[in-house]
Amino acid sequence: MKFLINDFIPYFLLAVGYGIPILYGTLGGILAEKAGNINLGIEGMMLMGAAAGFLVSLSTENVIYGLLAAIVAGGFGALIYAFLTVSLKANQIVTGLSLTIFGAGITRFLLNLNKEVVRIPNSVQKYLKPVLSDVMGIGGLDDSIFKIFDLSLLVYLAFLIAIVLHFYLNHTRYGLNLRAVGENLAAADAAGINVNLYKYVHVVLGGALCGLGGAYLSMYYIPIKTEDVVHGNGWIAVALVIFVSWKPLRAIVGSLLFGSLALLGKSLQTGVSMSPYLLDMLPFIVTILVLIITSVKMSKENAQPKSCGVNFDREER
Amino acid sequence: MSQFRLVKRDNTTTMQHMMVRVIAILIAFGISSLLLVFTKSSPLQAFYNLLVEPFQYRSGPIEIVKLTTSLSVISLGIAFAFKMKFWNIGAEGQILLGAIGAMFVARSFPTLSSSILLPFMLLGSFVFGALWGLLPAFFKAKFGTNETLFTLMMNYIALNIVKTLESGPWKDPKSFQNTIAALPDNARIPSIFTEIPWSLLNAGFIIAIILTIFSYYYINHTKSGYELSVVGESESTARYAGMNVFAIVIRTMIISAGVCGIAGFIQVAGNNSTLSSGVAGGLGFTAIITTWLSKLNMFMIPVVSFFFAIIAIGKDGLVTIGVPSAAAEAIQGIILFCILGCEFFLRYKIGFEKNSDEKVSKVRSAS
Repeated sequence: MKFLINDFIPYFLLAVGYGIPILYGTLGGILAEKAGNINLGIEGMMLMGAAAGFLVSLSTENVIYGLLAAIVAGGFGALIYAFLTVSLKANQIVTGLSLTIFGAGITRFLLNLNKEVVRIPNSVQKYLKPVLSDVMGIGGLDDSIFKIFDLSLLVYLAFLIAIVLHFYLNHTRYGLNLRAVGENLAAADAAGINVNLYKYVHVVLGGALCGLGGAYLSMYYIPIKTEDVVHGNGWIAVALVIFVSWKPLRAIVGSLLFGSLALLGKSLQTGVSMSPYLLDMLPFIVTILVLIITSVKMSKENAQPKSCGVNFDREER
Repeated sequence: MSQFRLVKRDNTTTMQHMMVRVIAILIAFGISSLLLVFTKSSPLQAFYNLLVEPFQYRSGPIEIVKLTTSLSVISLGIAFAFKMKFWNIGAEGQILLGAIGAMFVARSFPTLSSSILLPFMLLGSFVFGALWGLLPAFFKAKFGTNETLFTLMMNYIALNIVKTLESGPWKDPKSFQNTIAALPDNARIPSIFTEIPWSLLNAGFIIAIILTIFSYYYINHTKSGYELSVVGESESTARYAGMNVFAIVIRTMIISAGVCGIAGFIQVAGNNSTLSSGVAGGLGFTAIITTWLSKLNMFMIPVVSFFFAIIAIGKDGLVTIGVPSAAAEAIQGIILFCILGCEFFLRYKIGFEKNSDEKVSKVRSAS
């Protein structure tokens, strides 16, 4: 019990902290790929969301405006992507990469307009910090097992969204239609589903989620002006979409796994006398292993939606 | 009620291609101007600093040629993979490994004369880069492992290998920082010019010219080049025709990643003086764009690379008028969006028509 409270819970909480932005990105990626669009712009949309959330909450000192700005920015990035790939039928891979390049550029541009080192004011941060301890009175949870629930509201929101997505995809008509679009465009079209509309809506929603993930990083996790606050998390999310085989509930587990892995690298650095950079490789090596394992034993049920990467064109069948 | 419909174009002329590109870039500059409204400087001044100014100071043109060289070589490498529809976005890591390879050779044989050492460094960079590309290629060909993510993850691993070398095994004992000692003169690519300032330009660009011609010949005039194009068009067609897809994928990726590795050699022994973690510095990602924009036409690659090199060199000039240099990257992104979007008009034409009862069979687009 003592181990649980003193060692496991703090570790778990830190792992959640690492994993949540990846979870947002992964959920966004799942939505896009379920609609048959591989969006490699997750990193870019997270960056855009991070910058928008940071700058708006800084100037308005309002947490809601900040989060909304992040959602809109992420969604806007996805809208560019959707317009190019869905309406103008551009190559999905290249468009996604361009989105990441654009997102990184515009983020650094906006953040550098003002050279000052700034951080998110406390009036905003207090809404994002874990509140359970405060509610219970100062230090009320310190040696209690309930401390495990003491997480940022954005963490609970991410879990909630994952659960909602699970039901949406598996138990609603819209979810069913969406999966039909992702699996077979022509059949979905013939069944009277507005393919393009489904693609637009879900790609943009996915972008909005990525934006939220960025906001989590810039407004709460590293609340000081940082150019590359996302730092590869978006790319890990792209890989995690495959790792969790396009299932939102598994994404929760997957992101926690990656969170604890990244943490393991960091905590080993202090104990072992080896180059810290070797341990920094760990998440990326694991991602590669995951890619290999999933591809070697790919079952039909857990495969990527079949129309991924293919743009819809009625004429071509 | 009038509706519009999309009709596929069958063939387009080179003129149309050029026109669409030019219009796309103009639109991109228009949109970019909106971005510059956030700053207090005029868009025209910004574009002047970005595109014209780099030619006006003494070392500007040299820097542009150096960057064009590296970008072209990397893009040529990527083009091999892209032609096969193998999405190699791991150029960044392959450059780094190539740089390590060149560095390894130079450090192992420090006393060789440069006419022997430099070719071996080139070979070393090719081999190291190729090995880095071989791993994802093997798993892609064998199990269909997603190569986009695989090659991408290899970038981060490569970067951390370089950082490890910098901070430990190869660290310059005389330096307080984590840097690797500069290469001696016999391991540097010499210049073919004698007069300043052009004597500052190393002969790396000649490697780029040779590689361009080689790549063009390989893709368009050899059996292997033809085979990789077929695999790119349709893997099942290639199988049906009796081609060994596994071998083709492996072979092509060895060339693709190896050529990217050569860019690493040019970077450490030519444009820079030693290996550092910034030796690739995002070139591998910029080159993905230049490759795509040149439509995998080997002779277009240097042209597009030149254009992007100007923007990359010119971005430092933005700071003087109060525009963050990152604006250049955002503008690159916008140009890319516009070109990607405008390509639509090369593949389709939009016809407007009155109520189209008699043309039910034709394609109608609701969106």
